[in-house]
Amino acid sequence: MTLSRQIFDTVIVGGGGSGLRAALQLAEAGHNVAVFSKVFPTRSHTVAAQGGIGASLGNMQEDHWLWHMYDTIKGSDYLGDQDAIEFMCRKAAEVVYELEHFGMPFDRNPDGTIYQRPFGGHTQNFGERAVQRACAAADRTGHAMLHTLYQRNVRARCQFFVEWMALDLIRDYEGAVVGIVALEMETGEVMVFQSKATILATGGAGRIYQSSTNAFINTGDGLGMAARAGIPLEDMEFWQFHPTGVAGAGVLITEGVRGEGGILLNANGERFMERYAPNMKDLASRDVVSRAMDQEIKEGRGVGPERDHVLLKLDHLGAEIINKRLPGIREIALKFAHVDPIREPIPVVPTCHYQMGGIPTNYYGQVVVPRGANPSEPVPGLYAIGECACVSVHGANRLGTNSLLDLLVFGKSAGDHVSEWLKTHPRHRDLPRNAAERSLERLARLDSTAPGERVTDVSADMRRTVQQHAGVFRTGTLLAEGVEKIREVGQRARSTTIDDKSRVFNTARIEALELENLAIVAEATLVSAQAREESRGAHAREDFKERDDKNWLKHSLWYLDGSRLDYKPVNLQPLTVESFEPKIRVY
Amino acid sequence: MKFSIYRYNPEKDEKPYMQDYDVELQPTDRMLLDAILRIKALDDSLGLRKSCREGVCGSDGMNINGKNGLACITPLKDLKEPVVLRPLPGLPVIRDLIVDMSQFFKQYHSVKPYLVNDNPPPQKERLQSPEEREELNGLYECILCACCSTSCPSFWWNPDKFVGPAALLQAYRFIADTRDDATSERLDNLEDPYRLFRCHSIMNCADACPKGLNPTEAIGKIKEQMVRRMV
Repeated sequence: MTLSRQIFDTVIVGGGGSGLRAALQLAEAGHNVAVFSKVFPTRSHTVAAQGGIGASLGNMQEDHWLWHMYDTIKGSDYLGDQDAIEFMCRKAAEVVYELEHFGMPFDRNPDGTIYQRPFGGHTQNFGERAVQRACAAADRTGHAMLHTLYQRNVRARCQFFVEWMALDLIRDYEGAVVGIVALEMETGEVMVFQSKATILATGGAGRIYQSSTNAFINTGDGLGMAARAGIPLEDMEFWQFHPTGVAGAGVLITEGVRGEGGILLNANGERFMERYAPNMKDLASRDVVSRAMDQEIKEGRGVGPERDHVLLKLDHLGAEIINKRLPGIREIALKFAHVDPIREPIPVVPTCHYQMGGIPTNYYGQVVVPRGANPSEPVPGLYAIGECACVSVHGANRLGTNSLLDLLVFGKSAGDHVSEWLKTHPRHRDLPRNAAERSLERLARLDSTAPGERVTDVSADMRRTVQQHAGVFRTGTLLAEGVEKIREVGQRARSTTIDDKSRVFNTARIEALELENLAIVAEATLVSAQAREESRGAHAREDFKERDDKNWLKHSLWYLDGSRLDYKPVNLQPLTVESFEPKIRVY
Repeated sequence: MKFSIYRYNPEKDEKPYMQDYDVELQPTDRMLLDAILRIKALDDSLGLRKSCREGVCGSDGMNINGKNGLACITPLKDLKEPVVLRPLPGLPVIRDLIVDMSQFFKQYHSVKPYLVNDNPPPQKERLQSPEEREELNGLYECILCACCSTSCPSFWWNPDKFVGPAALLQAYRFIADTRDDATSERLDNLEDPYRLFRCHSIMNCADACPKGLNPTEAIGKIKEQMVRRMV
């Protein structure tokens, strides 16, 4: 079967924060770039980010990128690569100012500068006291940022393929990535897009969990594409549980609530974080707070008839601050928790929020894989940025506000690197003969009338399995059982059936394809987690309670082929400053 | 719970029809979107857009018992049965509850929805006072769900000529921004019998907006500025 084909310099898969930032960099440099998105770009999940963008502007108190760097490394539980972290923290102010120049409606201080609020794990002078580093637009920072970036791309006349789902990467015989296969949802048409450079910016896969703050579209499509193309997934055992998801609903309540002075209470009305993190208290990093909450609930101090959540109290901030700084939170609490936070606390519970792992890259956004003695050899023509990538700046636990920063810094950096790369690679490489074979096989299966299970049933089992076996606290037994179960789910995900065989906007087909990607991510998560016999950041093993730097100061690499694991060292060497040696983490 | 849902698949249906569903809900199903997904689990051919499920992405705008809104933040307990669901009115239907939004976005793009300021930017941020920034409240929060524009009779009749409430709200968002230098071009762009002046202040838009924004008020402010620059 011959498919129609289009040719671009650069193809970007994903129209969220990082994809749009990269697209802008390339479009403004005059390159021919196409952005593919399953949804209209402003519907991407960046839109749901609330609290802020981390940058040491120093608008509120003295601040320094080196302190931000230290906080990020400590937050990562020393699994973050220090070259990439230095790169990100040094670039932070520049990308935030640029965003402001693009029109971002940041909140302001009386002197006209950008307002910054405190956030978990961000400190002055290497952990001394909390610092206001999160640049905020009320509690709608992600929404304001995503719309601003989209608007700027409209100005740059960037070309969008809206409501297209990318299915697979195309690699040639030498392993270079030469384009993608994509499906237009409105017509059901499949096309090949040939490119010199391909950037994956598909976001995370938080939908592998039952209880998740993530949007329905967060199905790890880029991770599935990479894994099927033989590229490993890095550090997939590390998933961030956000301390404050609305109990029962999963909807996110920003850490900015605690930044503005909100506190967590158990059933006794006790501010329990004082016991777990005497210095930073409610503003300790997210893994620490989520574990503390889970511990309180386990020990019977949870709230509610099932004693299954805790309370986030903010009424003491007063109506004025809540309406001015946290208006979206009030809206969410009223709608999803049926409480008015001006008067009552919000019931909250740790909820899956962010994928620290992803497609391995360097800080230029180039996808890197082990080859011979080199643990990080770039894959020609392939880049990954944003939540789908593992640079790794977040290591074993991301600090709040560093995700939006990551999107801006590495979106821009990848855009710049691609610009340079295009200069030395002016020609398109040939497409291999079987370019779309894998994609067409996947679609043919769904078109066939062979019996199979319903997508919703398999996907419910997957989410339940991941939730039960790879939650906040993990054990070897639980994980071993989880690996067995998730392998079975993976098989089932590849043999689903759909009733609807039509072409036009067939959402059943899309969901079946998404489930294949989710199942890959779920297996990577459980297999990587079972192997890691230590506790680090968000990966907390009850049977291995301590961090083990001697054996485990290394990144996991999971390959789909054979569900095989490999490892590579953490880069402890920053670009210009001295290394931060691993220390015990206390907040 | 009983539903009556607009169905149309251009591949097999000669014309649209309403399909009845009676679906058993779980106690955790609180919002309309939860119920629609129960239906979709039984009938995977039902087409709709959805993403954030918390009212910030703007995907699942639809006409719910005669009023436009977002399924994900419409509580089931407020809905009379059978719940009648139709696609957003006035736009071509692609399939079921999915409409073709090209015209809507074309109008959005037509107002140059981006900051225009050709002065070289400073080293740091452009300064803006908290009061100046407050002028953007009620404007920048738009999620482009199209609930407002597709509830506006003027937009139904002239979607190609009348900019519509959503895009006019964004036009004013940049007029109101002290950092933007293009106010007079923006007003020129709207100085037209249709683009702006087809708004007859019916206020359906403000009534429909799931985010509580008020496009009519913003449109009034644009008109005020036009009058002011004429005298």
